[in-house]
Amino acid sequence: MENRNEAMRLPTGEHLVLSSSPHLSSGASLRKIMGGVLLALVPAICAAVWFFHWRALGVILYTAACCVAAEAIWCRFAGKPVFKTVSDGSAAVTGVLLALCLPAAIPLYVPPIGAILAIWLGKQVYGGLGNNPFNPALVARVGLLIALPAAMTTWTPSRGMTEPSYPERQMFVSGADAMTCATPLGVAGTTPKVLSGEGSRTNFAGLESPSLLWRCFLGDRAGCLGETSVPALILGFLILVALNLINWRVPVLFIGTVALISAAVHWFWPGVTPGVTFHVLNGGLFLGAVFMATDMVTSPITGLGCVVFAIGCGIVTSVIRIWGNYPEGVSFAILFMNALVPLIDRFCGIRPFGYVPERVRKGGDK
Amino acid sequence: MINKSSRGVMTFSGGIHPVGDGKRLSSAAAVRRAPLLERYFVLLAENAGKPPVPVVKKGDKVAKYQLIAAADGFVSANLHAPTSGEVGGIVEVPGPMGVPSMAVEIISDGEDRGDAPLAPIPDWRGADPEVLKTRVREAGLVGMGGASFPTHVKLSPPPDKTVDTLILNGAECEPYLTADHRLMLETPERVVRGAAILAKILRVKRACIGVETNKADAIAALKMFGAEYGVEVITLRVRYPQGSEKQLINAITGRQVRSGGLPMDAGCVVQNVGTAAALADAVTEGIPLVERITTVTGEVVVSPGNFLLKIGTPAIEAVKLAGGVKSEPGKLIFGGPMMGFAQKSFRVPVAKNTSGILLLPARVAVNYASTGCIRCGRCVQGCPMHLMPCLLSTAVEADRFDLAAQNHVMDCMECGSCAYVCPDHRPLVQNIRRAKAELRRQAAAKK
Amino acid sequence: MDITVLLIAAGVMCLLGAVLGVVIGVFVRLFKVAGNPLADLALELLSGANCGGCGYAGCADFARALAAGRAQPSGCPVSSVEQIAAISKALGVDAGAVERRYAVVACRSEIGEVRHMNYNGVQDCAAANLVAGGPQDCRYGCLGLGTCARRCPFGAIEIIGQVAVVHRELCVGCGKCAVACPRGVIRMVPADAKYHVYCNSPEKGVLKRQFCKAGCIGCRKCERVNPGMFRIDGFLSRVDYASEPLPDAETIDRIGCPVGCLMTPETRLEAARVKVEGKRDDQ
Repeated sequence: MENRNEAMRLPTGEHLVLSSSPHLSSGASLRKIMGGVLLALVPAICAAVWFFHWRALGVILYTAACCVAAEAIWCRFAGKPVFKTVSDGSAAVTGVLLALCLPAAIPLYVPPIGAILAIWLGKQVYGGLGNNPFNPALVARVGLLIALPAAMTTWTPSRGMTEPSYPERQMFVSGADAMTCATPLGVAGTTPKVLSGEGSRTNFAGLESPSLLWRCFLGDRAGCLGETSVPALILGFLILVALNLINWRVPVLFIGTVALISAAVHWFWPGVTPGVTFHVLNGGLFLGAVFMATDMVTSPITGLGCVVFAIGCGIVTSVIRIWGNYPEGVSFAILFMNALVPLIDRFCGIRPFGYVPERVRKGGDK
Repeated sequence: MINKSSRGVMTFSGGIHPVGDGKRLSSAAAVRRAPLLERYFVLLAENAGKPPVPVVKKGDKVAKYQLIAAADGFVSANLHAPTSGEVGGIVEVPGPMGVPSMAVEIISDGEDRGDAPLAPIPDWRGADPEVLKTRVREAGLVGMGGASFPTHVKLSPPPDKTVDTLILNGAECEPYLTADHRLMLETPERVVRGAAILAKILRVKRACIGVETNKADAIAALKMFGAEYGVEVITLRVRYPQGSEKQLINAITGRQVRSGGLPMDAGCVVQNVGTAAALADAVTEGIPLVERITTVTGEVVVSPGNFLLKIGTPAIEAVKLAGGVKSEPGKLIFGGPMMGFAQKSFRVPVAKNTSGILLLPARVAVNYASTGCIRCGRCVQGCPMHLMPCLLSTAVEADRFDLAAQNHVMDCMECGSCAYVCPDHRPLVQNIRRAKAELRRQAAAKK
Repeated sequence: MDITVLLIAAGVMCLLGAVLGVVIGVFVRLFKVAGNPLADLALELLSGANCGGCGYAGCADFARALAAGRAQPSGCPVSSVEQIAAISKALGVDAGAVERRYAVVACRSEIGEVRHMNYNGVQDCAAANLVAGGPQDCRYGCLGLGTCARRCPFGAIEIIGQVAVVHRELCVGCGKCAVACPRGVIRMVPADAKYHVYCNSPEKGVLKRQFCKAGCIGCRKCERVNPGMFRIDGFLSRVDYASEPLPDAETIDRIGCPVGCLMTPETRLEAARVKVEGKRDDQ
């Protein structure tokens, strides 16, 4: 007993830290969240490399590097801790997301401009991560789309499209110049609308052939790097849900709303827009719904708010696609709903515990 | 609406599930009685409400269980000598809230002798409830779960409130703590008997004990005596803060205590299992509350365990019982890691509500180093009171206490679920505490 | 392009401008808010610091109070005596007695080498004070997290080491810091008072000595030597600012405070600088 007491080490209390409770943490951190998002993006990156060759990987790495550099430069001059800010990984995530919504043939001068738009204009001017009202990657994408429309809409054919066996090749590739082509949504957008009569049923028949839709599902079509392959994006969605990084309702309701509206419009006016399968599989719907609309910073906080947000995104996307000037509306829709988030948060609060609605309370309470 | 999950295990909405909750460190360690010490420091200002007034002075000889401080008013509790010896004086010692507090110093004579000062009531079933309630006051019982609220106050509902359910809180949802677990496992009969006495005092039909599923052995032990005393044992899901009064009532009865209300408003009285066991002793043996089971644990403790400590035992002595430390702790916490209080010194004595003495190494304790809210909403999902801690915290950072009040900051019970899940390690609870303190100050200034 | 198109366009724009201008003019007349010319004049003469030291919600509110006769020009702590005279002349009111104050942080924790505990949390005194009664051994001393310095509209408070020190020449006496301080360490003192007791703890001297070498030990020497000039609260001496005359250099010399608590703001600032910068040299 004596020996044990001698050997016993007693605390001196010299290094005691004072802090408010709780004294434990779940171990979650920004870095882990951003790492999880990057992990969920890996399938989409692989698909991009498969369908648009190695250049895609180059574009993705180059854009991500540009975004990280832009963040570092801003922090350097704004007097923020450079390493700490860059190492949270948010700039890298923004960079990869931005790259995934660029075409494969993007000229090399565009990503730096995009990075500056995304990191400086989209995020840091508002005070950095957490304060930005708009998704930085989408700010950059829309900025580039408006400022450099030619560069942003020059599509290159995907892997399968260069083979003669691709059945609807002539719909997208014009003439002998096989270096550029159109996207299915672009073709749908330029097809004249037929409100009624003979041609209305067959107006989009070419775009709705099962073999083309299957290729759209796989991702073998022209489009932005990361938006084409639906299986890869669904895999990413599952990873995000498994890691508890997103509210699964947002992508499901977003895509569901687009499906519902396009189905309804196609049902009544088949000559105005293609059917529901075409709408869901094409454009950046999956990429936007899974990775952009679920951005923590720019989506509502409460569950109900997220539902409203997702349905709003779906409605605006459909309206732009079917009646707007642009063939694609996902990025505009998400940015538009981003702007409404403070309003949604205000009206979609939750009822605190112990606030029994008036009619119930009349029963027992005094 | 009863919140019942498919397996018949009850719970509430919101809350968190702490991963690796540290209970395995001490859950298998049987309760050990602490050897007699030379000195005890019985804190005066330990119960909620008014501190009791000392009735002994320096140099007085006291017997074990002798009254040393008498309750001052209704919301106050008696204090009794934990051992026999001499009063060393009314001295200032570091208190569990960080500020020095007055305590009665008892210098032990090594005898540890004294007769039970209260007459045992072996036939409590036939006793008058008022007599039993007086016993609660005499024995100096307070809520041993954490708040240290005098028990008799909770047992005296005003005439306009009807209480129909007694709930005994054996959830012990705080990570690391196993004191209640061991109490229920080792002396289930005392706990159940205490529950029956409490039910008798309150004249309620339904008495139940809520225990989380991770204490299956304790549930089985309690169930052996449950039928005999007419006490239900209810299985609760492992979820923090299952042991919070309002959440426990919600889980078991489906009722919601209204904002700003007391459990009585929902017809319930909630008591800790430790309090019930102490009441059983006070009634059938006439022993006042002078000792309690405390878990001494943490990753740096050599042999974590549960100890029967006399009230007034300095923390350092409790650490000695647990074999000392492996390395210098980064944090000393009285209570659990979620709601307990960080201490400045190892000289702080154990009080009636000290359920745990926790020594965390610096690497385990959270480091509050926020860069800014990313609006992930995890705190909103985790809040058992259904508040928006992120908004409250940003409002406080901007000195907008009015905005915090609008968003029901006063309903927060500081359970810490929000700060636990925050990926940015924001000091959410501290900001909310600041808002509550400021709003209380403003309200007091208005009066 | 046809010149007439241009002309028509220009004409339409001019017409539109004229019509809208008239509409605005009419509405301005219709919904004119009756301002108080006196209040406007007073507002122009005030400093515009919006410090709130007068007790009103900023300069505009104070100006309205002045115009309504609810306040006196001397209530503004920022304006100089000349400015106050100008305001009272312009408004034709009595300037009132000019009572100048300034802030004193009554603590010398860095000299007393009070231990600041390791603290992890909100870097704000009011929030830190809620954690275990403040992360410091002394319950009454300056926490040094700078809440007062951040509140000061004039940049008159500097955090030296871990204690707040007031720059006498910058302080105008608005009192914002004293309100912000959760421990009441900051006192507002009359401008003509030169010496102050730099300690805030009413605890017993013995107890204080355990953690602070520089705190007032309540020896009452100051009171004995100069009855009436000091008040002893518990074990803490304070200068009785109502006394005539106030302590001066000569009385302070005569007292010879054993802990050196009696200081002027200037020597206090100097002492903190020497202590903290001296420490830096040691390392």
